[in-house]
Amino acid sequence: MTKKLIIVGAGMASGRVIEHLVETNKDAYDITLFNGEPRGNYNRIMLSPVLSGDKAFEEIVTHDDAWYAENGVTCRFGEYITKIDRKRKVVVGQNGEVAYDKLLIATGSAPFIIPVPGKDLPGVIAYRDLEDTNAMIDASAKPGAKAVVIGGGLLGLEAAAGLKARGMDVTVIHLMGHLMERQLDEAAGYLLRRALEDKGIEIKCQASTSAILGEDKVEGVLLADKTVIPADLVVMAVGIRPETRVAVDAGLAVERGITVSDEMQTSDPDILAVGECVEHCSQLFGLVAPLYDQAKVVAKTLLDESASFEPKEVATKLKVTGCDLFSAGDFSEGEGREDIVFRDPARGVYKRLVLEGNLLVGAVMYGDTADGNWFFGLIKDKTDISEMRETLIFGPAYQGGDSLDPMAAVAALPLDAEICGCNGVCKGQIVEAIQDGATDLGAIRANTKASASCGTCTGLVEQVLATTLGDDFVMPAAQSVCGCTDLTHEDVRRLIKSQELKSQAAVWQELGWSTPNGCHVCRPALNYYLLSDWPLEYQDDPQSRFVNERKHANIQKDGTYSVVPRMWGGMTTPDELRAIADAADKYNVPTVHVTGGQRIDLLGVKGEDLPSMWADLNKAGMVSGHAYSKGLRTVKTCVGKDHCRFGTQDSTGLGIKLEKHLWGSWAPHKLKLAVSGCPRNCAEATCKDIGVVCVDSGFEISVAGAAGMEVKQTELLCKVETEEEAIEIISAFTQAYRENGKYLDRVFKWVAKVGLDWCKETIVDDLDNRKALAERFEISQSVYRDDPWAKLASKEEAPKFNPLANLTLEAAE
Amino acid sequence: MSWLDIGSLDDIPVLGARIVKTAVGCVAVFRTAEDEVFATSDRCPHKGGPLSEGIVHGKSVTCPLHNWVFSLETGEAQGADEGQISTFAIKVETGRLLLDGEALQARTAA
Repeated sequence: MTKKLIIVGAGMASGRVIEHLVETNKDAYDITLFNGEPRGNYNRIMLSPVLSGDKAFEEIVTHDDAWYAENGVTCRFGEYITKIDRKRKVVVGQNGEVAYDKLLIATGSAPFIIPVPGKDLPGVIAYRDLEDTNAMIDASAKPGAKAVVIGGGLLGLEAAAGLKARGMDVTVIHLMGHLMERQLDEAAGYLLRRALEDKGIEIKCQASTSAILGEDKVEGVLLADKTVIPADLVVMAVGIRPETRVAVDAGLAVERGITVSDEMQTSDPDILAVGECVEHCSQLFGLVAPLYDQAKVVAKTLLDESASFEPKEVATKLKVTGCDLFSAGDFSEGEGREDIVFRDPARGVYKRLVLEGNLLVGAVMYGDTADGNWFFGLIKDKTDISEMRETLIFGPAYQGGDSLDPMAAVAALPLDAEICGCNGVCKGQIVEAIQDGATDLGAIRANTKASASCGTCTGLVEQVLATTLGDDFVMPAAQSVCGCTDLTHEDVRRLIKSQELKSQAAVWQELGWSTPNGCHVCRPALNYYLLSDWPLEYQDDPQSRFVNERKHANIQKDGTYSVVPRMWGGMTTPDELRAIADAADKYNVPTVHVTGGQRIDLLGVKGEDLPSMWADLNKAGMVSGHAYSKGLRTVKTCVGKDHCRFGTQDSTGLGIKLEKHLWGSWAPHKLKLAVSGCPRNCAEATCKDIGVVCVDSGFEISVAGAAGMEVKQTELLCKVETEEEAIEIISAFTQAYRENGKYLDRVFKWVAKVGLDWCKETIVDDLDNRKALAERFEISQSVYRDDPWAKLASKEEAPKFNPLANLTLEAAE
Repeated sequence: MSWLDIGSLDDIPVLGARIVKTAVGCVAVFRTAEDEVFATSDRCPHKGGPLSEGIVHGKSVTCPLHNWVFSLETGEAQGADEGQISTFAIKVETGRLLLDGEALQARTAA
């Protein structure tokens, strides 16, 4: 005889149970399905597209009336059950009772309503079912209507995005510090917040709701900090709790949810439960995957087949309003845990992998989640990732599996094509080195020197590697500073600030340098970062500087030096020229050259003559031109309106003011400026790191030009009316570059990374920040706006330029 | 051996170098972070760069011209570069730097 099965609740879990039952044995049970909602099963997850208008409700229905009829399911929709009588084995519905042999409780969950005054006002809704969705759609019909969503979890954000798509003003109030804190870490939460704000949704984190205001209907929300947000609609999406009331009334064992065994049976073996209303091994379930696993077990138990439910590790892959998110495993920080982080600010991509020993234990991804399932597999299978750790974050495509796009252009190059211009290395040499076993960039550099100097051909070398090696090519991980550390420049800069590391020793120690005192690559970078971040505390270390910056002169190929005195704004005087000529004579300077930066270069000076030559130049009022520094070089000018018939402003005067303001400052790389008096641009300002072009109405400040290995025109940062403003903005821009740039990135490379828009926002638009940057620049300049030549020409320092001893006489004896 | 007093340890900055002029050319005298001293030829075999102007790290120096790295202990070029610089015996006694003069002589003879 066919047994009677009653199912309470027509949701996604119980829907899946019915599917399994009728597929396996259509005649095993006579099924009666109760549902409080006046309709059958639909895909609740798809309510968001219904809210946003992308889908109609009909499209998300999983089981329609025809399906229930076809499968012999008696539907009692829109009917709540009032009681389960376990003794008599009947369920009492609003419209009468039905007897059962087996009962399945699938009541799902109920939205949690925070107990604040006003919570019952009309216009306060949850976001749970079609009724709620329709209420939201109705509310959005009023032009200019305002909505407040309480709760910045998945549901709340979906509601917010849907309401925004329907044209409402939406504010999200979230109690925690960042959005979706259970699925995302802070960085990903921040990116999500930014994306939502870009859509015009206002987000308030760490905001606690005190009351919902209104007389007959909702009018606003009062926050704990006394802010009042006007609202025509309030959506509560702070969380859900299992709906267990019928089970409690029936005297079944209930903790937070209805307690079930591995077979999905409640404390009464004839009553089973499934879905969000159950608690299994002290765990609640909200995602679809485990609910479907439960449904499978329920069906088997009902059919007297053995089965047991084992909760699996679950990953969350979500799309919140067009933002791809993924999280899996445990991504909290902890002892013995290490992070691999990849960020691409321009694309808005963030990936973080959490490692414990050789295992991947957690992953958070934002923006690009294509590799999420692969990472999830590694977590679930507890795969030893030590072999692929270096490229892990780049996903399966870089683990020797799929190959990269064929790089036809590079592949087609003849073997004698020059790849590295600095070291004269052609493709053939690189290919030969690869065939001899140099299979990564480091090895190529070591063997051929290709890309080992300026590095601009690095990409080309990598492509030669890729085309030669084919599938064996492994794209390098984010470049660490050097072999002494795995950290990138960006990591190091961030850690120096956040951990307040104020000496190189502190950096080596705290950041786990693998060498006792660094190397020639990292030491100059660290020295710069430290003096830039802690100008008053950190003592510049000459031994960590490249010879030119230590000697304050440019070393030449024969070991002699070149000396360039400063000519402010390219202006000089007969007296200065005489002093330069005298110095050239006195120290037998073989070559005198006029530089592109409007000054005079004395080449071929012996190292030991430097201090006395500087002393002579100092006496004539001249100081170092810093022609050797990663820092302010020159401010090139034209003669401006004093002489030129086209000149619109005193370009020379502004150039001199700028140079006097900026000189002596260190930067990630050299910094060259120019000021042109009119758009004819004789000072070539539009290919400088920072260029000013004077016009009748003021000054056009543009940045990020280049005229070296790469040639690039500057991009307009802003236009200002006064010299004072121009100087302030240029100081602030310089300081922003100093504080954020990667060592050896010229301004144009740095701007390419942070974006010109960011520069405009933080330096031009944000007046407070501009002032703060300019002030910090001034603090640093209080130390560094100083002539190094005068110091090194002193009685104490000058002897250090001489040989320690002269043994030529002794040795000859 | 004939130890020649060439100066005081304090004349050389930590992680720095000074040169000594000799009949066989300039000798670079290096001081490490641990106050060990090493003496080598000042001339990089690659393009003649002055090694005394390089950055000293660990027990190595990097040539300022093209970043060749040499072990101060053995004089051998590190990494892929092949080359050798002469090394000379040197020691510190009561803060004075003593360079082996015979080695310099021998080298001249050779």
